[in-house]
Amino acid sequence: MPAVTARSAPTSKDQPNPVPNLTGLACRECGETEPVGLSHVCSFCFGPLEVVYDTEAIAARISRERIEAGPPSLWRYADMLPTISDDLAHRVDLGAGWQPLRHAPRLGERLGLPDLWIKDDTRNPSGSFKDRVVAVALTAARGLGLTTVACASTGNLANAVAAAAANTGLTAYVFIPDDLEIGKVVASAVYGAKVIAVKGNYDDVNRLCAEVADARGWGFVNINLRTFYAEGSKTIGFEIAEQLGWQLPDHVVAPVASGAMMVKIDKAFRELVSYGLVEDHPVRVSGAQADGCNPVATAFAEGSLDIRPQRPDTIAKSLAIGNPADGYYALKVAKRTGGVVTSVSDDEIRAGMCLLAETEGVFAETAGGVTVANLVRMARDEVASPDERIVAVISGNGFKTVDALVDHVGPTHHVTPALDDFLGRLDD
Amino acid sequence: MAATVRIPSPLRKLTDGVAEVSVEAGDLRAVVRQLEAAHPGLGERLLDEEGNLRRFVNVFVRDEDVRFLAGLETAVADGEVVSIIPAVAGG
Repeated sequence: MPAVTARSAPTSKDQPNPVPNLTGLACRECGETEPVGLSHVCSFCFGPLEVVYDTEAIAARISRERIEAGPPSLWRYADMLPTISDDLAHRVDLGAGWQPLRHAPRLGERLGLPDLWIKDDTRNPSGSFKDRVVAVALTAARGLGLTTVACASTGNLANAVAAAAANTGLTAYVFIPDDLEIGKVVASAVYGAKVIAVKGNYDDVNRLCAEVADARGWGFVNINLRTFYAEGSKTIGFEIAEQLGWQLPDHVVAPVASGAMMVKIDKAFRELVSYGLVEDHPVRVSGAQADGCNPVATAFAEGSLDIRPQRPDTIAKSLAIGNPADGYYALKVAKRTGGVVTSVSDDEIRAGMCLLAETEGVFAETAGGVTVANLVRMARDEVASPDERIVAVISGNGFKTVDALVDHVGPTHHVTPALDDFLGRLDD
Repeated sequence: MAATVRIPSPLRKLTDGVAEVSVEAGDLRAVVRQLEAAHPGLGERLLDEEGNLRRFVNVFVRDEDVRFLAGLETAVADGEVVSIIPAVAGG
């Protein structure tokens, strides 16, 4: 009998060659331009550089059909992602992206939000949405001829970089705070990456890495490759629109660490409109933080665009960035779109994790609990409306942060192996 | 023994490639004035027209972000290191 082939891992092989689509890099603040390269900072004002796409060329070839014919991964959106090399072999592809968009009727019923959807990024290759941005960053790194990549991480990025580097034969250095959850530490080291545990918080790690990037010229995905890296988060927005039948939702709630996700989801929707792929439609973009690290929510509540750095203290370690690089831009997006940025306590975060799991069978890490808990508040405060089609972005898998729930959920019964004992206790 | 200012690579074209500049002790504002005097143009990369630290510039003294200390009034003593880091990384 002929063997039945197992379903092969979704990859982008057998796809057409990538088409380089960048004309350069430009400063988001002062507009100064630079050629495409390993550069993330405007040499004049230190503002962040952004990729500049050849939008005319992209518009000439992009279509819904072209995207639908693409691979079942984020690479179906390759035309709208930074492409440096035309060599398909440079593409890093573990099957990140193209994750489920689930209607959440049971959670929605509890919150009084009947049109609630969950963008479930818990099932990405290394367990978080970071696999998206890493695929884009490492592909750019290969296109630039780099052989060593690195990152500063609160955990998920380290896992994603370590996994993707192992899969593609790149050397990787991942820098983490030394008090990270053990699951995240193991899930970086196991891939053979060099894991540098730094005595300090994430912001200390970040600063060290900025200096190392200068000194060694390694491709730090969220520092000198950031321009390319951050674009990967647009794919969350692209997928939401495609999976809703090429329609934009009314409201998206995203967790806020650096603030980049909110900004890039908003950018994704605007790009889809500009390429004629969806009808224009106002989308509120809101952000969710933890009380123990809420610099963006604080500025939002004060009506300010100035972020004051904080020293994080929250179980939501993946969001523990006291000095968020994109906080200013995230605030502008919230303001412009009519979204909000709010924060919740650690107890509410745990309750959010449990609520999502119990109502929808999705086990999210603390960042997912942050998103759900903020949504609970928004529903209660009528900031989120029952008339809205709302998408909550669940960014990482619960296995990453088991520590947060270890003292809060557990066996419901302890029994001996005697039937009578069990039956007797069952009704307790 | 003076204080040292570490210059990040985007700014080294203003210091002829020099990565570390020695300055006399003083508050951070005085340090920036010394940098500008030694390497014209450096000052306006760090401070805006109102004389405040630019949004995307992070400065660390004794490994602490000066926004947690006294901002431009932060004292820089002999032997200490001032690091200038672009604020755009993270997450």
